[in-house]
Amino acid sequence: MSSTAERTDVLVIGSGFGGAITAYHLAAGGAKVTILERGPWLRTEEFEHDYKLGSSYTRAFDFTVGDGMSILGGNCVGGGSVVYFAAMPRAPRFVFERHGSIGRRMWPGAINRDTLDPWYDRVAESLNITKQEWSDASYAGGLWAAACDHAGRTANPLPAAIDNSKCVNCNFMMAGCRFEAKQSLTLNYLPAALAHGARIRPLHEVQRISRTADGDYLVHYNVVDNDDYRVHIGSGTIEAKVVVMAAGAGATPVILQRSEDDLGTMPHAVGRYFSGNGERLNTAIINEDKAAELLGLDRGDGLAYAANAIGKGPTVASWDRLDGSLPEYSRYSLEQLYFPPGLGTILAQVPDASGPTWFGPEKKEILKRWTSWLTIFTMIEDDNEGVFGPPPATGNAHRISQQMLGRGNLSYDPTPNTWGAWMQSDAEVKEILEKDGLAKVMPWTNDLIGAYTVHPLASCRMGDDPHTSALDDRNELRGHPGIFVTDGSAVPGALTVNPAMTIAAVAERAVPNIVRAAQDKGVRVSYGAPAPDGSRAGRKNVLPLLQLAGR
Amino acid sequence: MSHHEEQVALSGEFRTMTLEAYADTIIPGEKRGPEDRAIAGVATGGGAVQAGALELLAWDATGIHDGLDDLARLLNEHTTAYAEEQGLELDADVPPFVALGYEHRAELVLRLTKPGHPEKDFWVMLALFCNMAFDSAAHLPTQQALQDGHPGLAALGISKPDPDGLWRFTDFGYGRELARMHPDTTPSGSPA
Repeated sequence: MSSTAERTDVLVIGSGFGGAITAYHLAAGGAKVTILERGPWLRTEEFEHDYKLGSSYTRAFDFTVGDGMSILGGNCVGGGSVVYFAAMPRAPRFVFERHGSIGRRMWPGAINRDTLDPWYDRVAESLNITKQEWSDASYAGGLWAAACDHAGRTANPLPAAIDNSKCVNCNFMMAGCRFEAKQSLTLNYLPAALAHGARIRPLHEVQRISRTADGDYLVHYNVVDNDDYRVHIGSGTIEAKVVVMAAGAGATPVILQRSEDDLGTMPHAVGRYFSGNGERLNTAIINEDKAAELLGLDRGDGLAYAANAIGKGPTVASWDRLDGSLPEYSRYSLEQLYFPPGLGTILAQVPDASGPTWFGPEKKEILKRWTSWLTIFTMIEDDNEGVFGPPPATGNAHRISQQMLGRGNLSYDPTPNTWGAWMQSDAEVKEILEKDGLAKVMPWTNDLIGAYTVHPLASCRMGDDPHTSALDDRNELRGHPGIFVTDGSAVPGALTVNPAMTIAAVAERAVPNIVRAAQDKGVRVSYGAPAPDGSRAGRKNVLPLLQLAGR
Repeated sequence: MSHHEEQVALSGEFRTMTLEAYADTIIPGEKRGPEDRAIAGVATGGGAVQAGALELLAWDATGIHDGLDDLARLLNEHTTAYAEEQGLELDADVPPFVALGYEHRAELVLRLTKPGHPEKDFWVMLALFCNMAFDSAAHLPTQQALQDGHPGLAALGISKPDPDGLWRFTDFGYGRELARMHPDTTPSGSPA
């Protein structure tokens, strides 16, 4: 072992929910923590309202095109929390009982809604997640609610990690929140981790992990150029006793695949069972006169809606199909969403087209009606059919553009279960929104870049069955003690709701296990930090659970 | 080498015309003048070409900039084969793809971007950037593009931001209950 090697107790790969939460607790508990983040460290004043390539939205995002599935993910300090839309519902109870494609419960026996609720509570306290009122809903959310009501459905304002007193409804959440209204991790867990001595290294992209002679881990990284991510300007290694992997479900399995030569055989489920959270989009073009006439909507200035650009991402969802008595693959939520120009407009299709649906003169006509677009986001139960091919030379994709756009090795061929659920949900969106001529609706095309997910999951998942899960129920990688996975890749399958809350709760729940592993390796660390702002209610509820588990 | 083959092989004006015709197929606009051959003229107002598609494509930030010669050449080769199949006579004064009428340009783009086509990734990427030039002016600072009347941002009805370049909407919602809530909602506002 080299005496000059850089060392840390716990090396955390990625600074999104899975990385920031674990880094905070481990640093607060006394461990020396280093976080390697592949993306840049953007400060609040750097979050721009600008669609130009090179502005904060392309610097902070990664868009990886695969074969049948493309992934939109965070690429900056704070990860997905900087670019997400802060919808934070808990997963419905039936989700934890799903069998999916494996004929047995996918989640570990130790986790269900009841056992996860105390960990959800910790996240809710730490991120100030609040139940939203109807007065908080955007025009688009209100329109969706009114349309659901008109069609005999219920609709709910979504719980969100947003400080409404600071929110200006600019709908630029994907570029980072300039007003610090959105509760990104850069406002809570990460500054608290830094205050406890953790170090964050931006633009450090981990490539692989190997072992040291004395049984610790050696993490190999490249340093990425600040503006052109295609360019590497250095490389290095750091030794660690414990490694926490939270590079995101599109990257964590790729790093492990590339490490297999050094670390030995990976569990079968590494890079398999990927889920796109069953996501699909529909674009409705609202008939403004009908919105006024049928739904009684009025913005007060003569307009009924025409407010696609206004708001804060998704604010209202319909949960009528989140019914545990329904069969698997027929349960889904239908959520109002905002999609900015540039990122997906090309995939929206022309209703009743006589020519091409995604380009051409008729597409241009619907683009002229963009202010009257309403985007509905569907989250069904997919079949975990994604598989990662051999890793690219570096990172998780062959980078094409200086930022954002790359080609990855994920392939995803939707099964009849997944297609069936998408068709069923498409039909319901159409039924709700085309009722009495309110709108014309079409799903986004899958022909150009495959399906499209903003919530990649399950590519290195937890479970009780060693053949179909890569992690045990403590988030430790099977056969590789001291490597933990705490990002969306650990979540076993589609959740039928936005997953950030569940990813965060699973990461909170993993922390005591990581603390014990670090203690076993001789690290002086303990568990029991309060929320990043010092609040203690969440901790009070989980400490007795840990004592019970320890008996 | 025939006159036609020379034109296909050359970069410069013929490359520009070919790529303009592709961009105009994605988001069509009106002709810039009576001599305009690249733009098919099937729509009113500015399309992807007027929005700056070629400026965006040529920018090295996209990563597609150094493949444009090849793409233009390939597109014209595909057109020649397509014209043969369809029994079309192509005007040799312009690149083959430019010689196609809009319906045929659109049909060829559909074929090239169809799942299973071996070059699909490239043609989709080319279409993606053409679309981005129109719907988000991705080669320009957004504020400047809005001030200059960028045709795509104008078509989408993007409003002007506040003087500091940031959007703020004081009025953002209807402010009232518009649906019954799901009966199984938990006190924290989540599904049960």
